[in-house]
Amino acid sequence: MVRRIETDYQRFRQIVRGRIKRDLRKYISNGELLGRQGKETISIPIPQIELPRFTFDTGEQDGVGQGGGDPGDPVDGDGEGGPGEAGDGEGQHTLEVDVQLDELARILGEELELPNIQPRGNADIAAERDKYTGIRRIGPESLRHFKRTYKEALKRQIAMGTYDPDNPVIIPVREDRRYRSWKVKHNPEYRAVILYMMDVSGSMGTEQKEMVRIQAFWIDTWLRYQYKDLQTVYIVHDAVAKEVTQHEFFHLRESGGTKISSAYQLCMNTIEDRFGGDEWNIYPFHFSDGDNWSGKDTSTCIQLLREQMLPISNVFCYGQVKSAYGSGQFKRDLDQAFGEDDRIITSGIPDRDGILQSIKDFLGKGR
Amino acid sequence: MNLTPELAEYHVKIRDIAREYGLDFFETIFEMLDFDQINEVAAYGGFPTRYPHWRHGMGFEQLDKGYRYGLQKIYELVINNDPCYAYLLSSNSVVENKLVIAHVYGHCDFFKNNMWFSKTDRKMMDRMANHSTRIRQLIDRHGQDPVEDLIDRAQSLENLIDLYGEFVDDKDPWLKPVVEDADAEDDRAVNLKVRSKTYMDGFMNPPEVLEARRKKIEGDAEENARLPGGPQRDLLSFILQHAPLEQWEWEVLNIIREEAIYFAPQRVTKIMNEGWASYWHRRIMVEHILDDSEVIDYADTMAGTLAEGPALNPYKIGLELFLDIEDRWNKGRFGLEYERCQDLHAREIWDTNAGLGREQIFLCRKIHNDVTFVDEYLTEEFCHRHKLFVYRFNPRTRRREIVTRDFATVKEQLIRQLANGGAPVIEAVDVNWKNRGELYLQHRHEHQDLRQDWALSTLRNLFALWKRPVHVETRLEGKPVRYSCDGEEEITQIIGDADAE
Repeated sequence: MVRRIETDYQRFRQIVRGRIKRDLRKYISNGELLGRQGKETISIPIPQIELPRFTFDTGEQDGVGQGGGDPGDPVDGDGEGGPGEAGDGEGQHTLEVDVQLDELARILGEELELPNIQPRGNADIAAERDKYTGIRRIGPESLRHFKRTYKEALKRQIAMGTYDPDNPVIIPVREDRRYRSWKVKHNPEYRAVILYMMDVSGSMGTEQKEMVRIQAFWIDTWLRYQYKDLQTVYIVHDAVAKEVTQHEFFHLRESGGTKISSAYQLCMNTIEDRFGGDEWNIYPFHFSDGDNWSGKDTSTCIQLLREQMLPISNVFCYGQVKSAYGSGQFKRDLDQAFGEDDRIITSGIPDRDGILQSIKDFLGKGR
Repeated sequence: MNLTPELAEYHVKIRDIAREYGLDFFETIFEMLDFDQINEVAAYGGFPTRYPHWRHGMGFEQLDKGYRYGLQKIYELVINNDPCYAYLLSSNSVVENKLVIAHVYGHCDFFKNNMWFSKTDRKMMDRMANHSTRIRQLIDRHGQDPVEDLIDRAQSLENLIDLYGEFVDDKDPWLKPVVEDADAEDDRAVNLKVRSKTYMDGFMNPPEVLEARRKKIEGDAEENARLPGGPQRDLLSFILQHAPLEQWEWEVLNIIREEAIYFAPQRVTKIMNEGWASYWHRRIMVEHILDDSEVIDYADTMAGTLAEGPALNPYKIGLELFLDIEDRWNKGRFGLEYERCQDLHAREIWDTNAGLGREQIFLCRKIHNDVTFVDEYLTEEFCHRHKLFVYRFNPRTRRREIVTRDFATVKEQLIRQLANGGAPVIEAVDVNWKNRGELYLQHRHEHQDLRQDWALSTLRNLFALWKRPVHVETRLEGKPVRYSCDGEEEITQIIGDADAE
């Protein structure tokens, strides 16, 4: 039997996905996908639709709290009550989830319905791992299975009639002892590298970089979940490209012109130098606002992509962040040049709310 | 009931102990559910059968994810009905479930005896099921989308009921005959005056003051003339009576209102209800039920539910208030003599062995709601002992900061927060504004502005029901404004200058 709640739940999901009742979409509080980022954990708000009501302006409302501190001290936390839940079903909760990154990737996969990636390359790098699967009668004492040994001894004593319920002393003898046994498992492991390229020319503002940061974080999380051994390379470019550290990647602000081919060239060189051979799964990502120096350079880019980059990459992703200055021409050029080629994915990111959709575009194909 | 034999035994024991303490409740039926089932029931507000709506699905998702990710779980769920139904989570430990059973009996007693609950429908379980059937029938007849849209709209207006309205006798002023009293005018003139000796009259009732008073009364009368019986707080009922609704629309709206009215007492007695239940589970557990081996688990659970958050925890503050009242009345720390005592030391050791504590808390649970409860019993000592403070959002640092610990301010803020269930008071003042059949609402503005974008969207929903332009008058950043919706667009108009409230 379909449970009642299931119908209501499906209906809600459909509204959130925008399939029905589009006029409600504006009330969805998706929040920013990347909430607080703690040490190992992160919080993601769960989408909810709040119907408008006559209410007070909440955010800046005064309130009464309880605890230590002097006037002027911050009130930490975000104002939800204790863990109990009273029985009237009223009250708004913004659910914030603190989760481990691995768990997070799984949730991300579920939420966005991302398929698992089918790795390429021969998985000849195999990791050996011992897995304890069985029980045997001989083995080192360090692997003695206490519970099983105890059970055996108990069975034997009952059978022999030496078990006394009033004085339940169990003494295992040699034949009672049980030990854990293991098998060696060969786990194929795939290796992967992400090459992030970002346009840091004058037109990419703080907000644009922030959007790239958020998106890169999620892509990173997902791919790390899929591949155990993930390497990352960061490349920034304006008129020339250079490899930088992760910190620099997100904080550097250059200015000047934009020559995208410089980044693609550097990217290719890096791959050839360090990630050659078949065993690497290669994911180049490029983020820009879509302005390129000249049409000629764009042709160079397309040529580079077609002849060198695409044949060796799992998928090439281009994310175009909307900025006040960018013309957005580059995405159109790529789309025109590659059309239906599914080795290349382009995605426009109009604002922060578009990040989710863009991640889905990139990772939704399972390549 | 499907309790395990162990719990069933404890249940009987706890129930009998609760009775001995003088708790008085309807028969209470416990059901043990797994988390999936309890989340479903909770998403339906505790009722196994509710009308279908996506909001229940949303609630379910939140509970479900919250549980799966290990953030929260529902301890207890109890509904006000005769018999009371309560749900236990099967994965909870025995200690937790014993605690919940005791807690539930506290709630059941409160439901039955607190006067604010006295008018609620005690057969709500059946009525909700009937509502569900009816809405399903209407969906079959008129289609899911129109019915659901209407429910969306109705829910957006759901908080516009009169929370205390069930206690107003003549709910429909339109049915009340208007008595024209020939002598009324004269009475009014007399009432203007403060009673005084004849020779003092000129001083007690100076002509200009009389004039001002007369004007005010006339003004009020004019205000009232727009709606017979004066402003109407129960807007949903008002719309039911006066909006041009089709029969099925009327029915849906009425269902939403009935359910909102049913939940209203729970909105206005949150602190008391949870405090009362916590008080009793504590007493029953500690004095009778708890096994030595369970103390740690019990303390752990208690610590969880009573955690001091940055925001006020109703369980905690309610419990502490009841304990404080009991203690004060046991020691005779009330009344004029105690209030007037300035000697701090004498107050500190004050104890007349009055022993009235138990009696007093039972009286409280009978007559108070959160507002009157806090107003009456939140003392300065309590405020300091429990470290209450007022916080405010600081736009510069973008965080909330403690502003003051001053008793008067804390109390005022707390009461303001609780008044009208934390919702703004909005009344209908005119149904025929400017003689154009437009609905005019007035927000009784006290300190806080309405959230503008939501107010405008809500008006749009209201328009869909009223089918003529609707307005609400309020204040925005100190200026009187009027939000309007004529079906095409929503507009904001400033209608006066900033002045002191």
